[in-house]
Amino acid sequence: MRVLVAMSGGVDSSVVAALLVEQGHEVVGATLQLYDHGAAIQKKGACCAGQDIHDARRVAETLGIPHYVLDRESRFRAAVIDDFAATYARGETPIPCIRCNQTVKFQDLVELAHDLGCEALATGHYARRVEGPEGAELHRAADPLRDQSYFLFATTREQLEFCRFPLGGMPDKAAVRAVAERLGLAVAAKPDSQDICFVPEGSYDRLVAKLRPETAEPGEIVDLSGQVLGQHQGIGRFTVGQGRGLGLGGGGERLFVHAIEPGRRRIVVAPRAALVRTEAVAGEVNWLVTPPQAPRRAQVKLRGREAPRQAVVEWDAAAQVMRVTLDEPNIVAAGQACVVYDGDRVLGGGFLRAAEIDMAGAAA
Amino acid sequence: MAPLYLDANASEPLRPEARAAALAALELAGNPSSVHAAGRAARQLLERARDQLAARFGTGPGEVVFTSGGTEANALALHARGAGRRVLVGATEHPAVLAAAPGAATLPVLADGRLDLATLAEALRGPPALVCLMAANNETGVLHPLAEAAALCRAQGALLHVDAVQAAGRVPVSLAELGADSMAISGHKLGGPKGAGALLLRPGLALAPLIAGGGQERGRRGGTEALPAIAGMGAAAAAAEPVQALRLAGLRDAIEAGCVAQGARVAGLGAPRLGNTTLLILPGAPAETQVIALDLAGVQVSAGAACSSGKVGRSHVLAAMGEEAGGIRVSLPWNAPEDAAERFLTAWSAMRNRLSRRAPVGAM
Repeated sequence: MRVLVAMSGGVDSSVVAALLVEQGHEVVGATLQLYDHGAAIQKKGACCAGQDIHDARRVAETLGIPHYVLDRESRFRAAVIDDFAATYARGETPIPCIRCNQTVKFQDLVELAHDLGCEALATGHYARRVEGPEGAELHRAADPLRDQSYFLFATTREQLEFCRFPLGGMPDKAAVRAVAERLGLAVAAKPDSQDICFVPEGSYDRLVAKLRPETAEPGEIVDLSGQVLGQHQGIGRFTVGQGRGLGLGGGGERLFVHAIEPGRRRIVVAPRAALVRTEAVAGEVNWLVTPPQAPRRAQVKLRGREAPRQAVVEWDAAAQVMRVTLDEPNIVAAGQACVVYDGDRVLGGGFLRAAEIDMAGAAA
Repeated sequence: MAPLYLDANASEPLRPEARAAALAALELAGNPSSVHAAGRAARQLLERARDQLAARFGTGPGEVVFTSGGTEANALALHARGAGRRVLVGATEHPAVLAAAPGAATLPVLADGRLDLATLAEALRGPPALVCLMAANNETGVLHPLAEAAALCRAQGALLHVDAVQAAGRVPVSLAELGADSMAISGHKLGGPKGAGALLLRPGLALAPLIAGGGQERGRRGGTEALPAIAGMGAAAAAAEPVQALRLAGLRDAIEAGCVAQGARVAGLGAPRLGNTTLLILPGAPAETQVIALDLAGVQVSAGAACSSGKVGRSHVLAAMGEEAGGIRVSLPWNAPEDAAERFLTAWSAMRNRLSRRAPVGAM
């Protein structure tokens, strides 16, 4: 069949294209030009640099497949970068890789694949798509270290039907690199990407300040009682749960960002014990199963790099939100994704909403 | 079936006469500037090409300056002739011109893509100017009213440089008849090899070099001439008879009629145009998707001007004509097969029908 492969120029998606060619499919490669890399150069290990487009083209040449560079700069800017800055400005923690998957990648590329007469879209994501009795299911990757199912929760069921993740069953990255070497791909030893692709390392706040100047305005750092403990140089430098860079000096109990109040430009700090809670609410929910009619036990993941935790999940169909009660209290950062698992299977997810507990309530 | 190449305005297929001339030149060891017999043999081929260009484009052999291509020829003209003058360029000029004249004022075009002569007359009042206009537009094929523009320039003491890269060989173009001061042409757009172009000058016009080098080209362009490409260009110019364009215009008209009947629009339809070129706008269908879909069907066209990465940007030509949508450029080569229109329409209709599956395209 004719398959569109999203080729980033990295080893993973290159191997995907090569495997599909080897299996006899008619492979069409596409690489997204997401932003002017001149604005974010001189960084190692991050994806989407200009070099990656050339790498993708070289791999396509090696494989003898057609390859196209798609200009998605304005789409990426609106759907991902502006959202990234706006989320900081709201005092929340953005998760741009999911926004990108949700829009530029799965929505747009699935549409393009249909337009080009393709029967599937394949990507280098580490997740498994399993044919179930009710259609395609999304499962964690075989390699727990590489699993990216968390970042794919917003893929709709229709998109999932159309997608293929050929690396989901790979035991580890070394196996992927071995395939790349066996197939003679020049990118076999290329380093993994690490950062958010459009932000040069260590300067998120500068990009955010450029797009949202209000996030760089100074303000107060206060404790739960409202007492001023210090000053900060802009809310764009902080996310909920952060313990470093507060500049409050040593001594006393270690403090973390408890809340960000964009209106008053205040950072509220507290000891860790005051940050954690058991209740969380997520909106913009995407279900990959029939939404549960009653509260159900499941595992939830509240950030990319942590293991799922036991919880009870309830779907409030009227409010279109998911209510989560954690067995053990945890930090809940608004803006991050809350992804619901049943074992290895992704049931659905949403974006965490700001805590409904206000200052007075927390202080009481 | 062999792919159908319909991207002549990007590059014409090599003409057999050009191939023979280039191959003969490749066999020569001599440098055209050398005094010995080998040098004289090379010089003979170089001068033959100079004669061929001079005869075809209406100037003397001594007024032909060989360059690396159309871009350099335009840059040389603007650099050498623009000193001390105001530079006025058409809004739809090629990036080679726009980039070579960063401080230039822009002359608007009418909705059909033709130069607005009234605005030109207005703009010519004032200090001496250098006016730069293309004879034919690379994207739409629209022909500027050059004779009228030249008369206005003469009356106001302005110099006129003509970018004839697309027009040369396709419509009659003569420097002498136009009364222009200089004219740029490109070898591979005539059906010669890539890598050669020429700046043709009005007799007696002095020219300061961009590259001084060893004083070649009478001190107007240093560097050993690219003899095989130049010999091929000369032969291509001699072989390119504008009357051949009538055959291509018939094919082009059939393509336009077929597409318009299915909801497409033609940019610059009312204006005089090159017979081999059409820019088809299919409302609601991204040009980038159309180019890829047609390529996968073995039909090679382009979407406006693509940069070297292959990324397709928004067309400044269509923007200058007040057109919001993007379009695909179909440009028939000198050797287009007789069934080119039929084959194009078969692929185009299939693409159009697939694109209209999700949203109506080409709605009237």
